[in-house]
Amino acid sequence: MDLTLRVWRQQGPGVPGEFEEYRATGISEDASFLEMLDVVNDRLTLDGREPIAFDHDCREGICGSCGVMINGSPHGPQKGTATCQLHMRKFSDGDLIVVEPWRAAGFPIIKDLVVDRSALDRIIQAGGYIGADVGGAPDANLTLIPKDVAETAMDAAVCIGCGACVAACPNNAAQLFTAAKVSHLNLLPQGQPERWERVSAMVDEMERYFGSCTNHGECEAACPKSISIDFIALMNRDFIKAKWKNRALAARG
Amino acid sequence: MVVDVTSALDAKIPGGPIADKWDKHRFDMPLVAPPNRRKFDVIVIGTGLAGAGAAATLGELGYRVKVFTYHDSPRRAHSISAQGGINAAKNYRNDGDSVFRLFYDTIKGGDYRSREANVFRLAQVSTEIIDQATAQGVPFAREYGGLLANRSFGGVQVERTFYARGQTGQQLLLGAYQALARQIKAGTVESHNRSEMLEVVLVDGKAAGIVVRDLVTGEVTTHAAHAVVLATGGYSNVYFLSTNAKACNTTAIWRAYRKGALFANPCFTQIHPTCIPQSDEFQSKLTLMSESLRNDGRIWVPEEVGDGRGASEVSVDQRDYFLERRYPAFGNLVPRDVASRAAKKVVDEGRGVGPLANGVYLDFADAIARLGRPAIEERYGNLFEMYERITGEDPYVRPMRIYPAPHYTMGGLWVDYDLMTTIPGLYAVGEANFSDHGANRLGASALMQGLADGYFILPATVAAYLAGMLGQPGPSPDHPAFAEAARDVEERTTRLLETDGSRTVDWFHRELGKIVWEHCGMARSADGLRKALGEIPALREEFHADVKLLGGADTLNQSLEKAGRVADFFELAELMCRDALVREESCGGHFRVEHQTADGEALRNDEDFAFVSAWGWDGPGGEPTLTKEELEFENVSVKTRSYK
Repeated sequence: MDLTLRVWRQQGPGVPGEFEEYRATGISEDASFLEMLDVVNDRLTLDGREPIAFDHDCREGICGSCGVMINGSPHGPQKGTATCQLHMRKFSDGDLIVVEPWRAAGFPIIKDLVVDRSALDRIIQAGGYIGADVGGAPDANLTLIPKDVAETAMDAAVCIGCGACVAACPNNAAQLFTAAKVSHLNLLPQGQPERWERVSAMVDEMERYFGSCTNHGECEAACPKSISIDFIALMNRDFIKAKWKNRALAARG
Repeated sequence: MVVDVTSALDAKIPGGPIADKWDKHRFDMPLVAPPNRRKFDVIVIGTGLAGAGAAATLGELGYRVKVFTYHDSPRRAHSISAQGGINAAKNYRNDGDSVFRLFYDTIKGGDYRSREANVFRLAQVSTEIIDQATAQGVPFAREYGGLLANRSFGGVQVERTFYARGQTGQQLLLGAYQALARQIKAGTVESHNRSEMLEVVLVDGKAAGIVVRDLVTGEVTTHAAHAVVLATGGYSNVYFLSTNAKACNTTAIWRAYRKGALFANPCFTQIHPTCIPQSDEFQSKLTLMSESLRNDGRIWVPEEVGDGRGASEVSVDQRDYFLERRYPAFGNLVPRDVASRAAKKVVDEGRGVGPLANGVYLDFADAIARLGRPAIEERYGNLFEMYERITGEDPYVRPMRIYPAPHYTMGGLWVDYDLMTTIPGLYAVGEANFSDHGANRLGASALMQGLADGYFILPATVAAYLAGMLGQPGPSPDHPAFAEAARDVEERTTRLLETDGSRTVDWFHRELGKIVWEHCGMARSADGLRKALGEIPALREEFHADVKLLGGADTLNQSLEKAGRVADFFELAELMCRDALVREESCGGHFRVEHQTADGEALRNDEDFAFVSAWGWDGPGGEPTLTKEELEFENVSVKTRSYK
């Protein structure tokens, strides 16, 4: 198939960027979107033009490295699918495809389609863990976890940290990312001791970089793992409870 | 000619009965007291299970840790792609499992080419890993009563594999990443993302630090430490097409090899039987379909050569369930090397399926009929979806098509019992070392080894090395060796950028991959390997004369990153072929066509080849030297592996 690409090119952080157009001809329908970009990049290189920089790694939809806006949608048109798992058979011969980086103040552009998502790491560092040093763990079967609890925790834990939720949100909120981790850990018995501190710290950190959630629901639609916004409700409930609990502790002096 | 050095390698295996070795060794090793730990700097390269596990644990213990990854976040390391599960000798199923059985299965699965003491320790530690991961909140699959669930994997007859849907690697890595995040916040670990290690620095023959390129700014910096840990994964991307993530590479361990660390069993590579077959020339990688699918999927091809009909038109009596036929005891769950070779055989016979006749069927029709579609969805839903996205075919209706692909490398840096390479103070953990899987790794054992090394073994053994340095000045980054190593890195970069040839890096990588796959892939012959040993250096010279890179060294330059990695793959490919040529036997993933039984099974030669081949660099253009570590089996009797 023959396509026209309109791709955002930007030499570095803080310098102006612009769209450039490329013809991508003779692309196989079985190629993945990133394989199509590989072909374009090889041709650009041979023409003496610098290839398009884009993040990618596992190409199996699990590492979360890749992710670009494709015709205005994070990860493109296919639901529940990361950019690397999107295949060209989802497009038609002659299509114009607009490719942009995630657009969010919390994700500064590094180059072309590559953005800096380290703010997501900082949210995890704020409390997205269970404090269990190596060495002290009890037998794994000592803690019984009902199957549906484990399954729901897993539904949240599947987040790949790609940032599509932020890119999709009109407010650039990172609620779905944060809620997924808060819910994964707060649902499990092992996560209870740090439950309230975790949610407070993670939400506070999140608000340093990202906008506020106003329930648009764009994040769930864009999520390559189809994580439900129900988890945002769960996080909000825990956050409010945490504030009350902390206030009670403060009042006790 | 290969120079055969007979000086024995000392693996420093502790004495005593095998079950007591690790405990005794832990007691015998010197310790570093808590207040002294903050006097020691440890560098960890890589943030997969082994690297993130080691960095987090060393941080918890109180050492000053610096961790480096070329990813934008530690959470992206390739461990994340592991699907099926992690083994542990918990015997939660009451089906006869034990530490000794896991040890035995791993030694046998590795075709008697691994070190007994290391493997036994791995089996011992396996149970603690499940406890640790559960404590961290890894959401392993559960039974209705709330206990942990298990499933079975290839090459074993018990259910000892723990799993989190088809995303076990992801969940275990996130556990390690979160533990690491906690230490970063606590200030015990300093993390450097988008930073690629390009050289090891030695001072007085000991590891003293590293040279790193910042992938965003291009800045080259040096970092000194008392010990350096390489947790940089395997080298299957030497084949270009493999199940590895695109950035996986050999550079860190190859640079260590060039600085004097021995490289063990480079030809021991694993070709995984269940991957989606290649569809066209521009394909950039092959996608694995978890081995766990073989629990419920049945593998078959049509009886007739050239049968072009769709799967549903081939009646049951016209199908050849070749694994069940050839290996009735293990059936579809034979080890990976056996399953891969059997699939290659039927495809070579012209019985392959799919548009390019390059696959075999993995069919779930019987399991869906027996268990119902919801049960299959729960077990493998995400894998089925992934298959459909890639191929456009629905595996609930049509059988999957699969074919073997390069997946894992058992070979790696030679390490002793303490996981130290032949360079004092330089350690290799996880897939980057060679020690535990022999000539073939069993399914669900890579995650086990990565976490065993990272959480439990390395943090104990590195202390013993550091204890000996107490009271001495640490390595200084002002030592001229650092500036010299940084200069080497900058010169290499400049040379690559100035070549201005006519072909892209990917073109060369793809061509190299074709040579290595053809001659050092699933089947190897002396003639083929000699041919490859002629073709690889020729292509390498062409690469250095004709590669075309654009952009500068002082910016994000992904072509430059790739070029440096491919340059090292060229040298590694040659060593793999040399190693495969010397090893005149078939064992595990290493199949020499000259050495097979009448019915096509691998023919091992324990008399002459029960050793680890450890190769040493002898300068550019020099012949690598071979040192042998003889393998002794005191606790298992060495037999011909049979899964019939």
